[in-house]
Amino acid sequence: MSVIRKLAVVGLAISTLSGVAQAKELVVYSARQDHLIKPVFDLYTEKTGTTFQFITDSEAPLLARLKAEGANTPADLLITVDAGNLWQAEQQGVLRPVESDIINANIPAKYRSANGYWTGLSLRARTIAYSTERVDPAELSTYEALADEAWAGRLCLRTAKKVYNQSLTATMMESLGVERTTEVLQGWVSNLATPVFPDDTALLNAIEAGQCDVGIVNSYYFGRLEAANPELPIKLFWPNQDDRGVHVNISGAGVTHYAKHRRGAIAFLEWLTTEEAQRVFADVNQEFPANESVAPSEEVASWGSFKRDDVNVEVAGRRQAEAIMLMDRVGWN
Amino acid sequence: MPLPSVVSKPHWRAVAYTGAALVLMPLLVLALSWSSLDISIWRHLLETQMLRLLGNTLVLSVGVVAGVVLLGVSLAWLTSLCEFPGRRWLDWALMLPFAVPAYVLAFVMIGLLDFAGPLQTLLRSWLGNDFRMFSIRSTGGVIFVLVLVFYPYVYMLARGAFLAQGRGLMEAARILGHSPWHAFWRVALPMARPAIGAGAALAVMETLADFGAVSVFNYDTFTTAIYKTWYGFYSLQTATQLASLLLLFVLLALYAERRAQGSRRFPGVDKPRQGALFRLRGARGWLATGYCLLVLAIAFVIPLLQLFYWLLTSDRNDFDDRYWSLIRNTLSLGAIAAFLTVSVALLIVLARRLQPMRRVRSAVALANLGYALPGSVLAVGIMFAFSFADNQLLVPLQGWFGVDEPRPWLLGSLFALLLAYLIRFMAVASGPIDTSLARIRPALPEAAHSLGHSGFSVFWRVYLPLLVPGLLSAGLLVFVDVLKEMPATLLMRPFGWDTLAVRIHSLTAEGDWPRAALPAITLVATGLLPVIILIRRSAQPVSRRTR
Repeated sequence: MSVIRKLAVVGLAISTLSGVAQAKELVVYSARQDHLIKPVFDLYTEKTGTTFQFITDSEAPLLARLKAEGANTPADLLITVDAGNLWQAEQQGVLRPVESDIINANIPAKYRSANGYWTGLSLRARTIAYSTERVDPAELSTYEALADEAWAGRLCLRTAKKVYNQSLTATMMESLGVERTTEVLQGWVSNLATPVFPDDTALLNAIEAGQCDVGIVNSYYFGRLEAANPELPIKLFWPNQDDRGVHVNISGAGVTHYAKHRRGAIAFLEWLTTEEAQRVFADVNQEFPANESVAPSEEVASWGSFKRDDVNVEVAGRRQAEAIMLMDRVGWN
Repeated sequence: MPLPSVVSKPHWRAVAYTGAALVLMPLLVLALSWSSLDISIWRHLLETQMLRLLGNTLVLSVGVVAGVVLLGVSLAWLTSLCEFPGRRWLDWALMLPFAVPAYVLAFVMIGLLDFAGPLQTLLRSWLGNDFRMFSIRSTGGVIFVLVLVFYPYVYMLARGAFLAQGRGLMEAARILGHSPWHAFWRVALPMARPAIGAGAALAVMETLADFGAVSVFNYDTFTTAIYKTWYGFYSLQTATQLASLLLLFVLLALYAERRAQGSRRFPGVDKPRQGALFRLRGARGWLATGYCLLVLAIAFVIPLLQLFYWLLTSDRNDFDDRYWSLIRNTLSLGAIAAFLTVSVALLIVLARRLQPMRRVRSAVALANLGYALPGSVLAVGIMFAFSFADNQLLVPLQGWFGVDEPRPWLLGSLFALLLAYLIRFMAVASGPIDTSLARIRPALPEAAHSLGHSGFSVFWRVYLPLLVPGLLSAGLLVFVDVLKEMPATLLMRPFGWDTLAVRIHSLTAEGDWPRAALPAITLVATGLLPVIILIRRSAQPVSRRTR
């Protein structure tokens, strides 16, 4: 009797202790927005008991805060969008490399930092959207061809202040050279049907309304509108299939340099690359999982498969300043 | 002004310096940014951007000032001195647009009036696909939107000034043979000038600091260049250098305004007006009603209807339990920050009156400059100052006392966020307090003194009651501004303290404007009640409270 009671007490004590050990907390700074990360956090909390404290803001302020806090930062993990921003985080020394076989096995090297500072988690294609009413897809071929006179007054672009366009330009500079990229961008700007838009959604609305016929957008913006209106008279086109492929960008994460819960953060990051998490992380925003063994959602898959530009995404960070200056010079605001 | 001192003069000087130092702290970061120059970015900016940016910024500022003064003064004149159908409720209703954040009105107006919006789509369906009208995404469009959101600053302050002028002066002017128009130009307007100037100054500083609305229009100003330099080139240093140049412009503009205004002060009269001065009858009355209604409709009713339309046509139901905590956070932050900011601003304004020394005055004037800084830059300045204190002082101190896991106390705490609001909105609070203090006739406290009242008693029984309208206006402005505030809240909020503005940012950052309708409507609704209560209270004649 008393032995059983003792055992019960010990068992209870052990389970309490292990409960304490597991009920950890992770602190996350995220430039990926609340409604896109909360579902993933909730799933992980449900599975492991780990809870999350997080704030969201734009990349630059979050990096400034991490730097200012230095060794005293409460943040364990930085989640952000765009390869250029991840590269910046690495450069500014706010991340610490993670060597993980799980991550290495799940995520292709071209979507990871060469030094292990961060890993991509989801992909988005920045591609051509066209009006099915006014454009024959046979007219379309490459990003560069949108600079041709045939598109004069028919093209819509988003502002050059958005990092997605800066990354696109940076990778074009890498593949085509500065001179050719300048020509292309000049062509684009002179083909504009209307001043550039502040976001891709407004751009797609303009194509639908007939203000322009083609534009360059991130795939998930199209996915969002298509989900709301299946009759949307717009389709995605995958350009440059005979050469470098479609420009893809990533959202990703890294463990901070002074993480207080480094092991927990690594475990969470590893879990994020697994199929279970990849589904939620990518599907909630109609993106492509960075783990290539995980199939995209049915809807994303319905846009068709395509050849991706294999240029290392770090180029987006390395040549970002150069790209902005080029865009300024050709008058892309 | 011979305001009797409640405490000794050196104390007041200390108050002024402390207040100024607090607000100057983030500005120090701007000054420190000049330690080195990134030549390649500067050369690029000067060669390709600067001229256009300066031109755009100038055009925008001039346009907004002209618009807010025209709209604000004319509306204030009508509702405070005239009588016409609907005046009673239009009086406070015209403050409602103040509850709409500039970025929200910007995306609503573009949603409504751009090519893909309902108006142009309808017109095209009637007039054929080739129909084209003016583009809302233009210089005129930005000015239009900013005037509609910022005119309440001028309206509120000018209205207070007109109410305090009393009818005696205007009647005297009329008796001396001036026409109503002439009396307005020669008497009422010059007397209200300090208040109008203060309102216009707030509007222009908001305009210069604005990032949200101009980005929706993709209208490049000095401020968008600051952000681009920071977010794109990742050169926070160059961005803060640009921001300090922006402050220099503001300094010049404010100085020019002060010079033009001179040192004239217009104390209020003994008997503030009781009834309307001009009764607008018949067509003229309805014309006045129509004008006020038109402004209210364009700046408030139609945008709200559009937001409701977006809300009702979306099939998502985003309203969950977290919304209540968003509303609670937003309200508590606004209320606490308004109380704190008004208290500190009152102290500083009093200190300046009691110590009219040059150095104190310039310290206070400098302190108000913070308002013209783009929110993020100010927030970063405050953040640096706090994290410096944390890293160099508070964390080592905790370690010294043997605390197990020393953590930063300031950054990420509620206190830090409230202090950030205090610093940011000090200028907003001191404007109305200052103008209402200026209207107190020196004879009043003198009389109180001669009746044997001591310093504190004079403050409590004479000054405070007379200052109540000013304090209320100040509190209201700060409260609503805190509700709408985005950059500092984003950067400095403690975990779990998300506000409605933060939620709007989350959704609009990815271009999901219609889905932001829910938090936007909630935000406006949250700001409405205090706006209505306070404006109605301050509409009571001043005399009722001082009797």
